Amino acid sequence: MFKVTIDNQSIEVEAGTTILQAARLIGGDIVPPAMCYHSELKDSGGKCRTCMVKVVQGSEKDPRPMPKLVASCRTEVMDGMVVQNITSPEVIDARKAVVEFLLINHPLDCPVCDQAGECDLQNLSYEHGTNASRYEEEKRTYDKIDIGDKIQFHPNRCILCYRCVYAADQLTDNRVHGILYRGEKSEISTFVHQAIENDFSGNMIDVCPVGALTDKTFRFKNRVWFLKPMEAHRNCTKCSGKSTIWFRGNEVYRVTGRKDTYGEVHDFICNECRFDKKQASDWTIEGPATIVPSSVLNQNHYKNVVIPSVINPIKETME
Amino acid sequence: MERKIVLENIELEGIRSLEVYRKQGGYLSLEKALKGMTPDEVVEQVKTAGLRGRGGAGFPTGMKWSFIDKKSNNPRYLVCNADESEPGTFKDRYLLEHIPHRLIEGMICSSYALGANTAYIYVRGEFKYIVGILNEAIKEAYAAKLLGKNILGSGFDLDLHVHCGAGAYICGEETALLESLEGKRGTPRLKPPFPAIKGLYGCPTVVNNVETLANIGWIVNNGGEEYAKIGIGRSTGTKLISACGNINNPGVYEIEMGLPVEEFIYSEKYCGGIKGGKELKAVIPGGSSVPILPKKLMLETAAGEKRLMSYESLSDGGFISGSMLGSGGFIVYDEDACIVRNTFNFSRFYHHESCGQCSPCREGTSWMESVLHRIENGHGKMKDIDLLVSIASKIEGNTICPLGDAASWPVAAAIRHFRHEFVYHVENPELIKNTRHGSIDKL
Repeated sequence: MFKVTIDNQSIEVEAGTTILQAARLIGGDIVPPAMCYHSELKDSGGKCRTCMVKVVQGSEKDPRPMPKLVASCRTEVMDGMVVQNITSPEVIDARKAVVEFLLINHPLDCPVCDQAGECDLQNLSYEHGTNASRYEEEKRTYDKIDIGDKIQFHPNRCILCYRCVYAADQLTDNRVHGILYRGEKSEISTFVHQAIENDFSGNMIDVCPVGALTDKTFRFKNRVWFLKPMEAHRNCTKCSGKSTIWFRGNEVYRVTGRKDTYGEVHDFICNECRFDKKQASDWTIEGPATIVPSSVLNQNHYKNVVIPSVINPIKETME
Repeated sequence: MERKIVLENIELEGIRSLEVYRKQGGYLSLEKALKGMTPDEVVEQVKTAGLRGRGGAGFPTGMKWSFIDKKSNNPRYLVCNADESEPGTFKDRYLLEHIPHRLIEGMICSSYALGANTAYIYVRGEFKYIVGILNEAIKEAYAAKLLGKNILGSGFDLDLHVHCGAGAYICGEETALLESLEGKRGTPRLKPPFPAIKGLYGCPTVVNNVETLANIGWIVNNGGEEYAKIGIGRSTGTKLISACGNINNPGVYEIEMGLPVEEFIYSEKYCGGIKGGKELKAVIPGGSSVPILPKKLMLETAAGEKRLMSYESLSDGGFISGSMLGSGGFIVYDEDACIVRNTFNFSRFYHHESCGQCSPCREGTSWMESVLHRIENGHGKMKDIDLLVSIASKIEGNTICPLGDAASWPVAAAIRHFRHEFVYHVENPELIKNTRHGSIDKL
C-alpha cells in the first residue's frame, strides 16, 4: 500500500493507482476535473490537461519534486508522494489556461445545445473561466458530417478528447471513426459518411464530455433540467440493461447509461435500449437516480463539499 | 585547435563507400568492442566520455543507456533518430549523405552495448534520397559480414533497417517516432513509462540522435577518457553546427566545444563574418525552438564573460539572458532582419506541426500564429504583445511533449529582447508594409 497526500489529506492506496483515482477515493473539492480520461476506456487521458497537478514530493525514497505539472489521470502514485491540487496557485493558473484554450474555438452555443446542464466544459468554465474572451480571431468551424441516423455530430463543439474514438475502438470489433488531420485542423471523422453502425455506438454520446455527440432521438425535445432521472433495468440480450431513463411527467424522453459521481458510465448499454425503448412499460423502475454533484439538477443542493484546509484561514479572517 | 571526430575524412572522395571508409580505419571499433570488451565496458566508456545527446536536449548518453530495462525478457531495440526537422538544423543530413558508414559503425557498437539485435534508422520523409544512400551502405555492410548473423565471428547478431517517415516534425520526438515506426499516427506518448522501459512494441528501447551515435565508434577506438579531454567542462567532445542566415560561409562545421561564439561567427575558418559587411543583430544558436539572443548577449554573457559554444555557456543566465545549444542550428541575423516577421514564420511552422493531441499546444500555437500575423500585417494592437507573452507562458510546460515549449520559447524570447520592434509594428502599421524594417533606428 502506498501512502499519498493530496492537498494535505492522506490516503493509502494500492500500487498502480493514479493520482486522480487516489483523489477520487478521498473525494470532495480536491478531485481534479477530467475531460478526456474515462476509467473504463484503456489508454484514455492525458490529453486535455485539465487534471494537471503539482507533485511537490516524488516519493519517500526520492523526495525531489517533479519539474513540471503532471496529468493526474495518467501518473501513478509513489509511496510518500505529496501532491497539490487546489492548494497550488500554479495548478489553478494552468487549469485556467487550459479552459481558456478549450474555449477559444468552442462555439459557446449552450442555449441551443442538448448537453447544456450536464456538460463538463460548462462546469469547468463556470469554475475556471473568465467573463470575457481575449480571442479576437474567427472561430474554427468544420464541415458538417453525417455519421448515422441515431447520433448527431457537431464537430465545432468537439474538444478532441479522443474518448469516443477509444469507446468505438474498445466496445466494438471494427473501428469506424478516428481523428483526421493534425494540429488545430484535426477532427473526429468517419472514413465513409453514415458509417457508424454498430450495437454500442450510442455510448459515444455518453462518453462525450461536451455536446459534440448528442442523441438524435432526443434532439431539441427537452432541456435536461426539466427531466427526472430514474434508474431502471430491462432484460436485454445484448447488454446489462442497466440504464437511467429520463422522465418528464409520464413520458420517457431519453435513455442513457448510468453515470457515476464523475460522469463516467461503467455499464455500457446497447443501442436498442437507448434509442428504441422509450416507453415506461419497457422498463422496470428501480427508483430515483443519484444526481451527479456537478449536474444542474442539483441546483443549490451541493452535497459532500469538503472545505480544504487552506481556505479555512481565509474563512476565519472573514468571520 | 581543430578537431574532427564525426566529420573526419569527409572530404575524401568515395568515403560513402565501405571500401574507402575501411581503408581510413573504419569499423576498427567493431573488432575492439565486439571481441575485446563486454557490453557493460562499452557503456562505461561512453559514460566516462561524458557524451551528451546531440539531438537538442543534451542528456548524457551513457546514463540514458544505463536506464534500459535489463530485467525484461523482451528484445531490446536501438532506434536512430534521423528525423531532423528543426528549422535551421541540417547537420545530420550532411553526415548521412556523405559518410553513412560512420553512423552504421556507431550503431553496431551501441547495439552491442545495449544488447539489441535489431536496430532502426528512422529517416525524415523529406530525406527520401538518403534512404537509398543508407540502404546501399547497409547492403555493403551485410556483404562484408559487418551486419547480420555472427558479426566478424564474435557471435553478436544485428539487423539494421531503415524506415522512412512521412514528413512530420513531431516524429522527431522520441515517443512519437516510436509510434510512427510501429505504423501508427505519429503522436507523442505520455511519459512515464519512458522508452527505456516500454518503447518500440512495448519493449525496452533507446532512441539516439544520428550525431550521438556517430561519436560512439571514436569513443570505443580511443577510449572515453580521451574523448572527455576534448571540449570544455561537462560539454565534452565536438559538436556539429549547421550555420545559416546572413553569413558569408553557411554550412556544417565540426567545432570543439568551448569555441568562443565571436570566433565562430567572424573567423574565416567558420562563418566568415556577416554577409555584405553588415552588422550582426541577433543569433538563434540551437535551432528555431531555442530563444533568440541579441548581439550583445550572444557574444558575452550577462556577467560579462565571453560566450562559448558549449551547453553550459550558451544557457548561462537561463532564459532571461541566455539560450541553449540545442541541436546546433545556428541562425544568424544581420541588421536588416525583421524579428517580428521571423517570429511569425516560426510560429506558423509550429502551428502547422502541432500534432493536435493536447489542448494547450493545439489551440495555443494557432492562436499565437494569428496574433503574430495581425501584428506583422499592420493590424496589431498594443495589448497583443502582452497577450502573446501570456499565451506563450500558458503553453510552456503544460503539454505532453516538448513541442509546446519549442513553440512558446521563440515567441517569448523575441518579445523579451526585441519588444521595441513589436511596438514599432503596432505603432506604424503603414510604414511596416512593404519596407525592410530590420533596424528601427534606420527608419
